[in-house]
Amino acid sequence: MFTYYFDLALRSLKRNKVLTALMVLAIAVGIGASMTTLTVMHLLSGDPLPGRSGHIYYPQVDATPAGYTKGGPLDMLDYRSAVDLWSARRADRQALIAGSDVKVSAPGSNQPPVMRPMLATTADFFPMFDVPFRYGSSWTTADDAARARVAVISASLNDRLFGGRNSVGRTLHLKDSDVRIVGVLDAWRPSPLFYDVRGGRFAQGQTAGFYGKPEDVFMPFFGALEVNAGNFWQFTCWGKVTTPGRLQNQPCVWVGLWVQLESASRAADYRAFIASYAREQKALGRFAETRVRMMHLMQWLDFNHVVPSDVKLQTWLAFAFLAICLFNTIGLLLAKFLRRGGEIGVRRALGASRRAVFAQCLVEAGVVGLVGGIGGWLLTLAGLWLVRRQPVEYADMAHLDLGMFGVTFALAIAASLLAGVLPALRASRVTPALQLKTL
Amino acid sequence: MHLRHILRALGRHRIAVGLLVLEIAFSCAVVCNALFLIGTRLERMQRPTGVDEMHVVEVGVRSVTPGTPEATMAQTRTDLARLRALPGVSDAVVANPTLFGDSVSFSSVRLRDDAKAPSLPVAQYFGGAPLARTLGLKLASGRWFRPDEFVGYDALQNDTSAVPVIISRALARHLFPGQDAAGQTIYAFGTNRVVGVVDRLVQPMDYGAAGGYDYAMMFPVDLPYSRGTYLMRVDDPARRQAVIGQALQALKANGPLRLIAPRYATTLEAARAKYYRNDRAMAWLLVGVSLLLLLVTALGIVGLSSFWVGQRRRQIGIRRAIGASRADIRRYFQAENFLIATGGIALGMALAYGINLVLMRHYELGRLPGYYLPIGSVALWVLGQLAVLGPALRAAAVPPVVATRAA
Repeated sequence: MFTYYFDLALRSLKRNKVLTALMVLAIAVGIGASMTTLTVMHLLSGDPLPGRSGHIYYPQVDATPAGYTKGGPLDMLDYRSAVDLWSARRADRQALIAGSDVKVSAPGSNQPPVMRPMLATTADFFPMFDVPFRYGSSWTTADDAARARVAVISASLNDRLFGGRNSVGRTLHLKDSDVRIVGVLDAWRPSPLFYDVRGGRFAQGQTAGFYGKPEDVFMPFFGALEVNAGNFWQFTCWGKVTTPGRLQNQPCVWVGLWVQLESASRAADYRAFIASYAREQKALGRFAETRVRMMHLMQWLDFNHVVPSDVKLQTWLAFAFLAICLFNTIGLLLAKFLRRGGEIGVRRALGASRRAVFAQCLVEAGVVGLVGGIGGWLLTLAGLWLVRRQPVEYADMAHLDLGMFGVTFALAIAASLLAGVLPALRASRVTPALQLKTL
Repeated sequence: MHLRHILRALGRHRIAVGLLVLEIAFSCAVVCNALFLIGTRLERMQRPTGVDEMHVVEVGVRSVTPGTPEATMAQTRTDLARLRALPGVSDAVVANPTLFGDSVSFSSVRLRDDAKAPSLPVAQYFGGAPLARTLGLKLASGRWFRPDEFVGYDALQNDTSAVPVIISRALARHLFPGQDAAGQTIYAFGTNRVVGVVDRLVQPMDYGAAGGYDYAMMFPVDLPYSRGTYLMRVDDPARRQAVIGQALQALKANGPLRLIAPRYATTLEAARAKYYRNDRAMAWLLVGVSLLLLLVTALGIVGLSSFWVGQRRRQIGIRRAIGASRADIRRYFQAENFLIATGGIALGMALAYGINLVLMRHYELGRLPGYYLPIGSVALWVLGQLAVLGPALRAAAVPPVVATRAA
């Protein structure tokens, strides 16, 4: 029966090519617009660490003077609190992070020195965030303690400096120091660059910067502070900075701490631990507040409103657009079915049930959806190509994956069936006698 | 026109008419809001900075090997002398931050020397003596900094006792409503006497924590090049690119190995274009979507009107046979479309305000100004009439003889 209806649908669609083309075009354009924005939304609002993001937490304490901040603690930690919490080793894994730009060159390479972002971090960073290695591996906790002059570099820096060859054991010149390369990362592009997300609630929705590329150089935290002293970035300061970029004893927050806690009870314990740390520091007179905050990764991303407001707006716009395309399709289908009133009347008089007429009309609508879906898929590819040409940090990641490819067709057919229901109902209620009389 | 007849005829096609009304209403609502969004983006992109942007170029230089502060400062002075000597350059200065750059720094401004007094974060600029001339800032009241008021960057770090300040007029109005701010004192970097007020000075970039975009202040600080960016004033805007090239060469030739990349050398005009590129892209996207939306709506009107014309061929024939002219038939369909469009627009207005309320809640967006509604209505009326013209003309072409044929 279905193949017969399918055949009928094709014949009917061929009969009035202009109307068919209009419907297909409306569905295609609506699907193209909404799938382009939906793909970008999917890309930007996804979980950067699927399966483990629920175990990754961002603990915060507040070292600012009384009354300095309203609400919770600032988005990063001061050096002493960060190092205290990290050295306590109360979590299953813990990593400090601090950012800076560092001058990078490779002895023996003819490339001129370049400034590259460097992440000062600790050994747990790599296993905790499941960072893939192409060559070599992470440094060890012993290297952290020894302030070792070792580094892990990104695939792109390895390509630039060493032509993509295994550079483990080679020397890298960072500012004025030589460090030994122990690992080279594989392609790694978390979306967003979750561990560097902070300050989002002050960004007025302009958060595309959270989707940039990971740093090119990773170095043991304490070693990096020595190697690149004077260049570290602060999140903010509440007093005068006497040694900019060398922030260990400055009234600044600039260090992030990420911890992995495998169970809810471990998380509760850790929460209690930072709360007691804050109380103890207040008793010592170093803290004015005992406020703490500890969100898991997805909560933290949400708290920072990572999805840029422009992208959300575009998604709404695209769906409003799809809705209008649907109204359009409903109207055109209605016109098409009712124009065939006579034909439907004959079928009904010959014994076709209302249900059969309804099914036939819906199949026709579905065929329109399928063809519109193909058009929508092509338009989505074109739309994503346009997104890739935009000057935004996430541009290079905008591709249609298999899942979204499926969603494109599902959405197209669902939309056209939805649009077909009302016209098909009307068509199935055609009274045979009246139609036959006017034939 | 017999509107009553048209209405009665429409009553027989309630579903189709309802669909058209809804489609027009939705289009009207979305287009009104899209136009409003485009308007706000354009307004944002055209915000003046108070700086004579067409005449300013910037070159950022970074040191490779750290020298003593004295050596860096001496290097800065010779650099500036070279830059000022370039043909077409009337002034050069080191400033921090730069407009449309990627950094901004704030100081808490208080009116009393008391850490507990209410404070306002205000964006600050540091720069040497020719800063105001280089940027082409205009003084509203008070005076510029005197040459003896400039302090070194390191002196500023160690002693902030009494650096004077020049503030923007918007900030002056906010802090000292109804008074002349020149001569007053604020507490930002120690105790700062306001010596002058400039017409307009803005934050180098938007940043949520600040009070207002046009609240800004500047301090007289002689920065070393490593802590700022070279700004040059070019008399002839056509020579800006040439000046950038010459400046890069002059800096390369003068002094030790430094990072002097064309990437960090740009005209302020280009920096503005780059800063607002997302807004521009969004505005174009909204324009594109609005046009597509209107196109889809027009196609819907064409489709349904054609269907009605086909359905009523016999009635049209009868009307023609009993004396209606072609123009009568054409006008009938035009009037019908006008009625439907009017219904859609009326519903669309309400919907437009509804969407605006949602947008206001989720985005920092103002209330939809009333004048977008007539724009939206006229657009949809015109669109409807254009879309219906084809089918209406086809209807008018139906010959009276159709009436005599069997249905």
